[in-house]
Amino acid sequence: MILIHRETRVLVQGITGREGQFHTQQMLDYGTRVVAGVTPGKGGTEVLGLPVYDTVREAVAQHPVDASIIFVPAPAAADAALEAAHAGIPLIVLITEGIPTLDMVKAVAEIKALGSRLIGGNCPGIISAEESKIGIMPGHVFKRGKVGLISRSGTLTYEAAAALSQAGLGTTTTVGIGGDPVIGTTFKDLLPLFNEDPETEAVVLIGEIGGSDEEEAAAWIRENMKKPVVGFIGGRSAPKGKRMGHAGAIIMGNVGTPESKLKAFAEAGIPVADTIDEIVELVKKALG
Amino acid sequence: MNLHEYQAKEILARYGVPVPPGKVAYTPDEAKRIAEELGKRVVIKAQVHVGGRGKAGGVKLADTPQEAYEKAQAILGMNIKGLTVKKVLVAEAVDIAKEYYAGLILDRSQKKVVLMLSKEGGVDIEEVAAERPEAIHKFWIDPHKGFRAFEAREMVKRAGLEGHLNKLAQVLVALWRAYEGVDASIAEINPLVVTTEGQVVAADAKIVLDDNALFRHPDLAELREIEAEHPLEVEASNYGFAYVKLQGNIGVIGNGAGLVMYTLDLVNRVGGRPANFLDIGGGAKAEVVYNALKVVLKDPEVKGVFINIFGGITRADEVAKGVIRALEEGLLSKPVVMRVAGTAEEEAKRLLEGKPIYMYPTSMEAAKAIVAMVGGAA
Repeated sequence: MILIHRETRVLVQGITGREGQFHTQQMLDYGTRVVAGVTPGKGGTEVLGLPVYDTVREAVAQHPVDASIIFVPAPAAADAALEAAHAGIPLIVLITEGIPTLDMVKAVAEIKALGSRLIGGNCPGIISAEESKIGIMPGHVFKRGKVGLISRSGTLTYEAAAALSQAGLGTTTTVGIGGDPVIGTTFKDLLPLFNEDPETEAVVLIGEIGGSDEEEAAAWIRENMKKPVVGFIGGRSAPKGKRMGHAGAIIMGNVGTPESKLKAFAEAGIPVADTIDEIVELVKKALG
Repeated sequence: MNLHEYQAKEILARYGVPVPPGKVAYTPDEAKRIAEELGKRVVIKAQVHVGGRGKAGGVKLADTPQEAYEKAQAILGMNIKGLTVKKVLVAEAVDIAKEYYAGLILDRSQKKVVLMLSKEGGVDIEEVAAERPEAIHKFWIDPHKGFRAFEAREMVKRAGLEGHLNKLAQVLVALWRAYEGVDASIAEINPLVVTTEGQVVAADAKIVLDDNALFRHPDLAELREIEAEHPLEVEASNYGFAYVKLQGNIGVIGNGAGLVMYTLDLVNRVGGRPANFLDIGGGAKAEVVYNALKVVLKDPEVKGVFINIFGGITRADEVAKGVIRALEEGLLSKPVVMRVAGTAEEEAKRLLEGKPIYMYPTSMEAAKAIVAMVGGAA
């Protein structure tokens, strides 16, 4: 496992909203240690038996917190992430979709300088199978096993996790890094953690068109990775210049093409699955 | 969201970038009047959201107002890459001594905005980038410090631009302020012209706005031209779907952008051609699925639909209920194949039992089935 485990204490920012409340319940049901929530203006109330504070600083003064998950609407989401970082929370999971890119450019630089790790935005979060979920994924499809999963997509990740679980391989930690052009943590930031995690025997990397995170990951893998990696690229048939749902899934000029990503994977010796079922076959093959 | 050249220039002018005087005309008469007002040689430029207007004949010089009338008449109504020209910019022609390139764009990998500056302006910058990357000089802007005048002057020197140093540097700083001020994702001046009189002007400009930030620029959001977009994309966006019109005949609906992209890939792999991308999002109720089917089936090209659902937060039985409603209202005139898995999969299958919906256990089998039904690529 990486990043989170059953002892990880979680704060929910935006806990009183519809999404925040729904997913807090889901996380509690999964066994996640949610300790408190924050909604500016709702301090002093309770949601699902959890105390609600006006500010993150007030919450962390009362409860030790290891991670925060953010369900704040897009116009205020980057500010919420900065609030968490300034309050000293080391791990921040930003679920919100539709955040202005320049807000993210500024927030990502500042959060990094403060020494916190930001996952997302526009992401499904993190799940360490059968231990803790800081996210919105359906927990039951993730069976505990030996594969680490990193992905720019949500649903496709659940699908891959379900397939790995059904095949008896299971997952350690799954991180949905998000579908936006600027995200806090990319593939290559997480690979070293999986590389050192004794429980993880192989890593599946689910990429898609747009940007060059897959190429950078491939370069890192070629130099440093001790464990087998299986790749997947979504959007291989997408036309240029069209945004395919995710704000970041767009081929601009010659950047972000599937050809470039497949070539980088090939050069790093990373087998690429064409279908979700093939991911399972390739992982099995890699593990011998 | 793409802006027209004249809109981009209005924004740049507001931030202090000199642009040639000019106005938009919708008729040849208006073009003539604007040329009279300007009293100089003018350039008539088609205002359409595509590149390569010049090569397509959408940019012409006119020496007299009468000539402006004739050139505007020729350009208005012209079809450029599938788009009809409905308006032209009539602007003072500039006497070019030097043509440079200045552009700001998000560098996703550095997570910063990058300024690109080149002596080789007036041409397709992507070609320059591919053939002679060393001709483009880059500066990554610190998001908190912004872009300062001294940095701009250093960049002008580094890139070897000739002309009035301070004027050039001021344009670059103003370009950054405009980029930040309107939440652009691209802001480009190409060419950035030094005139024979030594003035620095933006002879052409392009701005693409960040859709996610339009909520804080209501004035710019109004510039959206609904008539220039595909009517189905407009309808889908009113429902809140991510929908992209594609060129094929198989309607595709799924939950989650990644899964929909994957579904399009599969359909292509087995020889089919998707008609669209449609993501119903997370946690969709029956109503949403029903509306999605309505939008997809309005496309006259669609000969069949493939619904691919992996239930997580989205419940497969809700999806089934939406499909059944569409069925009962007689909406499903074309074959529908479905693959459902995940949350409430069994309930969904029970609901759909005996209904004229083709169910397949895997995405691949469903893709093959729909391609067999509607026929593959010609």
